[in-house]
Amino acid sequence: MQLIACPWCGEREEIEFHYGGEAHIAYPEDPYALDDEQWAQYVFFRDNPKGPFAERWVHSAGCRRWFNALRDTVTHEFLTVYGIGAERPSHTSTAPAAPRAKGQEASR
Amino acid sequence: MTVETPIRFSPLSEWQDDFAQLPTGLQVRELPYLTQLTLRVAPGSAAAKAVESALDITLPGPLRAELSGDVKVLWMGPDEWLLAAPEGLQDELLAQLRSAIGDEFAAVTDVSAQRTTLALSGHLVREVLAQGCAIDLDPRATPVGSCLTTLLAQAPITLVVRGEGASSVWLLVRSSFASYLATWLVDAGTEYRGSSG
Amino acid sequence: MNTPFRAPGHGHVDRDTTLSFTFDGTAYTGHPGDTLASALLANGVHHVADSIKHGRPRGVLAAGAEEPNALVQIEAPFPEPMLTATTVELYDGLVARGLSGQGRLSSEPDTARYDTMHAHCDLLVVGAGPAGLATTLAAARSGARVILVDELPQPGGSLLGSQELLEGAPAKAWVDEVVAELDGLADVRILQRTTAFGHYDDGLVLALEKRTDHLGAAAPPHVSRQRIWRIRARQVVYATGAYERPVAFDDNDRPGIMLAGSARTYLNRFGVLPGEQAVVFTTNDSAYPAALELADAGVRIAAVIDAREEVPEHWRTACDERGIGIRAGHVVTGTSGIERVTRAHVAPFGHGDLGERQGIDCDLLLVSGGWNPAVALFSQARGTLRYDAGIGAFVPGEALRTVRAAGSADGTFTLSGCLADGVDAAWQALSAISRTGQMIALPTPAPLPEAAPTRVLWRVPSPQEGLDGVLQFVDLQRDATVSDVLRATGAGLRSVEHVKRYTTIGTAHDQGRTSGVMTSGIVAEALGVDVADLGTMRLRPPAVPVAFAALAGRNRGELFDPVRVTALHPWHVEQGALFEDVGQWKRPWYYPRPGETMDESVLRECRAARTGVAMMDGSTLGKINVQGPDAGVLLDRLYTNLMSTLKVGRVRYGVMCGVDGMAIDDGTVIRVAEQEFLLTTTTGNAAKILEWMEEWLQTEWPDLRVHLTSVTEHWVTIPLVGPRSRDVLALVAPDLDVDNDAFPFMSWKDTTVAGVAARVCRISFSGELAYEINVPAWYGITVWKALYTAGSEFGLTTYGTETMHVLRAEKAYPIIGQDTDGTITPQDLGMSWVVSKKKPDFVGKRSFTRAENQRDDRKQLVGLLPVDERVLLPEGAQIIATSDIPAPPVPMLGHVTSSYRSDALQRTFALALVRSGTRRIGETLYVPLDGRTVPVTVTDPVLFDKEGARRDG
Repeated sequence: MQLIACPWCGEREEIEFHYGGEAHIAYPEDPYALDDEQWAQYVFFRDNPKGPFAERWVHSAGCRRWFNALRDTVTHEFLTVYGIGAERPSHTSTAPAAPRAKGQEASR
Repeated sequence: MTVETPIRFSPLSEWQDDFAQLPTGLQVRELPYLTQLTLRVAPGSAAAKAVESALDITLPGPLRAELSGDVKVLWMGPDEWLLAAPEGLQDELLAQLRSAIGDEFAAVTDVSAQRTTLALSGHLVREVLAQGCAIDLDPRATPVGSCLTTLLAQAPITLVVRGEGASSVWLLVRSSFASYLATWLVDAGTEYRGSSG
Repeated sequence: MNTPFRAPGHGHVDRDTTLSFTFDGTAYTGHPGDTLASALLANGVHHVADSIKHGRPRGVLAAGAEEPNALVQIEAPFPEPMLTATTVELYDGLVARGLSGQGRLSSEPDTARYDTMHAHCDLLVVGAGPAGLATTLAAARSGARVILVDELPQPGGSLLGSQELLEGAPAKAWVDEVVAELDGLADVRILQRTTAFGHYDDGLVLALEKRTDHLGAAAPPHVSRQRIWRIRARQVVYATGAYERPVAFDDNDRPGIMLAGSARTYLNRFGVLPGEQAVVFTTNDSAYPAALELADAGVRIAAVIDAREEVPEHWRTACDERGIGIRAGHVVTGTSGIERVTRAHVAPFGHGDLGERQGIDCDLLLVSGGWNPAVALFSQARGTLRYDAGIGAFVPGEALRTVRAAGSADGTFTLSGCLADGVDAAWQALSAISRTGQMIALPTPAPLPEAAPTRVLWRVPSPQEGLDGVLQFVDLQRDATVSDVLRATGAGLRSVEHVKRYTTIGTAHDQGRTSGVMTSGIVAEALGVDVADLGTMRLRPPAVPVAFAALAGRNRGELFDPVRVTALHPWHVEQGALFEDVGQWKRPWYYPRPGETMDESVLRECRAARTGVAMMDGSTLGKINVQGPDAGVLLDRLYTNLMSTLKVGRVRYGVMCGVDGMAIDDGTVIRVAEQEFLLTTTTGNAAKILEWMEEWLQTEWPDLRVHLTSVTEHWVTIPLVGPRSRDVLALVAPDLDVDNDAFPFMSWKDTTVAGVAARVCRISFSGELAYEINVPAWYGITVWKALYTAGSEFGLTTYGTETMHVLRAEKAYPIIGQDTDGTITPQDLGMSWVVSKKKPDFVGKRSFTRAENQRDDRKQLVGLLPVDERVLLPEGAQIIATSDIPAPPVPMLGHVTSSYRSDALQRTFALALVRSGTRRIGETLYVPLDGRTVPVTVTDPVLFDKEGARRDG
């Protein structure tokens, strides 16, 4: 049972959260300016990287706030969490994240 | 036109006898019919200030509850509070707040019957909660005045710490989950049957 | 009763108390502090069971969780299969029998309680041996919150099984002193009889506490028998000790063959002599204290067979003093005996070649092949292991940020080393969480001579190599042999993981504690590679067997899954309703009258709704209050139709789609005030839709000034349905003008119903004249009963979800998730009318024009009328074009989504999703059913009151 650090409530067990898919996929400015292929890219296509991945999560059983998280898809480790409006932090490795002071082992 | 007072039932009105059987270290009491309003407002906004001034309180910050006044204010989220007041005040309080807010932007909703409130007290409370709640209830981690929306057993709850070391707490539970939670609490009491409690 | 093999003056069992037990039908006695294994050995019982595959007699190899042999079934007081006798604490009245590999689950329900407890700490220490106690003490004195778990009934670990001295006194005195101090500290919790079995993410360790198992029938029924501890630790120190490993040789499985350290434990912890005449076979120093202590306690040591050429002088001297002969550079090559070992065959093994064999009589053969640090939990935590060629074992590599090993679990095998290592681990752990460890004074053990190197030896070559029938066992419980391992490598397997699965080695109770490293060694030899490069088997949770009942804890019976009920639930129960599970909700399914079948009940309920008046409990519908100046804008963006134009006092039906244009939910929206709406969602989607709406609001449109609040359970919702519903409502709502013009379809009014402030909506999910009465949940029963009473003169009937489904299906009102499956647009449902043409955009709109969504062969919702009007099609049945089922692959046109018997139509009917369904109206299609095909006529989905005259009336 992983801990996820809700930006508002602090570390809670993952069962309190729901996953919202890849972060930073903005609703297109003008959907009707896009052809079917471009629209399909927005609707259906998502990145699937090995390593840090920006995701959207919601603290469903807590404060019900959506937030972004950078998670390493290799180790499942949450590298950091950040606000919905904030830019994706520039983590390139699986170095431990700043807000996670406790309860995590180094991945190897 | 109708003069007769209609009969009402709280979600756990049938549980009093079961609660009474619990050991003294685990006292459970439903606080039925509390006035409960959900307040949605941006902290620090003009509307928030209007509410604070109308109620003469400060809206508590994350994971905290303001328990000093008649109207208890529970933090539910960064722009959400639950106001809990004695029964029967919902219309009055709703009107008072909406009037204070005026044309500013905030939402106040009567949710009095959405949840019921359980008051737990006794030295077993912390241990019983620990059977189903992953939150660290050590007073250094969750001091008096803590307000946590989380899970207890498999039910969503809001936990308000009222006594040191969780010796006294409020559990706010959605009405539909109330009998499940009551069943769980009474079952938890089995362990301490016959103990001085 | 006589227990002939107790050593006077030894052991920590309580000899003043006698416990009676029965094994394989014979009565024996033992003492508190015994395990079943020690009590059997004390009674001279060595043959515990026969092995699973070869049926060979087996005894007791070890003294703890590493035991691979002594499997038992408990018969009383409660039947429990597959336990190892070395881990069953003895209690009065225990009835057990030996088990040949496979146990038998009890057919009786287990009435014992099991529970779960969460705990939090700065430091979790696993193992209360010398290292673990030192760690705990050092951390506890610094004020840290510490939890110490230990699998034995009492602390001390290996110290309980040795005669080692600390400060010149038996080590137990130091243990007692430390524990007394720890017991006095509020922030220290010591859990005995508690085995950590799994290390999970973010410092979560699960441990199983056996709370009352050892009390047998005397266990108080209200106390949980076992408890799963979910310990969330900032730092973990595994001071889990080490397991001795055997050496493989011919017939190394006979009763009476035992690990040397375990024999020492039986003597020192239990006061049991596991034999009268012993041969000791070792590759290292550790068997010597065992030999000497057993000799001093009266066991005749026939010989020490040391595989090493050089035996340290001090051991030789100590043996000489007791008249024990040592044969250096020798090995045991095999054994004789059936029920018990009677002779060990030994031979010189100087340079890897066996010399001449000689037999030595014995009833006990002690074996030590060296020690494996207990690294299972460290390894589960993703700690890497390093092969130490000096001891022939895998030891923890670098400590992790939050997990480290200490003592013999870390490859430190001297007592003084373990104590110091324990303190060091505490300091490192505390330092990692920015705390400072306390200096503690460590007790001094008796001085030990320098240890001599181990001769790493996995197996002794068989003198009969090449002959069939040679049995050198690797995993005793799985009856897997060296030949099995070599067969695996011969078949081309090169990884121990593959060998494990091929041979099943390491998959039994002991999880490879005695066999895992040995397997790596044998595989490495066979392949001619270095063990270090080959590695060892990955260790996974649970490290020890854990009963499902323990994992389930209190989540069983009525607490298995939350049961959500409405405020009206007690009434439904009282009236004998049968319930349907809808998510976690219990909803009345139908209300049978005495003697009625379900079909009869549902037809009666439907008839009442269509011809008189009926009501149901609709409280489970999700309800979301939407407030703010931009409330209408938000709803316009999320619903397919226009909501901002709705007038206060009016109601509109709405559908929500995903960005892909597929319907995800539907419901009604009422406009409460200029800046306030209340919308309903389907029962099952209430939480999901609120989350969906919040996601858009919080992530895409944070600028919108609108807030969402769930009010689902604030309201009890009662649909009052049927031609006479107006009459009933008029009786209970005297202030309300129920006239059709004053209160038309799709409007709502606030009024008083049965004396309760209520909101009445005129909406219909049945196609009938209908109202939906909403009151605060506290008053639900009062209003419900008032309606019931007022309706009696009109024959008011309560109905459940089944009737609701029939009524709505007759009108082709879809159920999202039943008539749709995430690939169906509103247009596919025949609901183009709900899709706004005016709005420039809403979620889903752009997808409607995708080529895929424009295809004319999309599946569309239609009605199906079986030609035989008595045939009820099963929901989910496939639909084909021909009366004969063609050869596979059969072209499928669609499937039945809803199917019922209709009272109104006096026949069966169904809804279905069918390719180009709308164009096929009037066609006959076929449904394969029970080996034949059923002809069905495709119809418009609305089968009843197509004009809607009834609901508008």
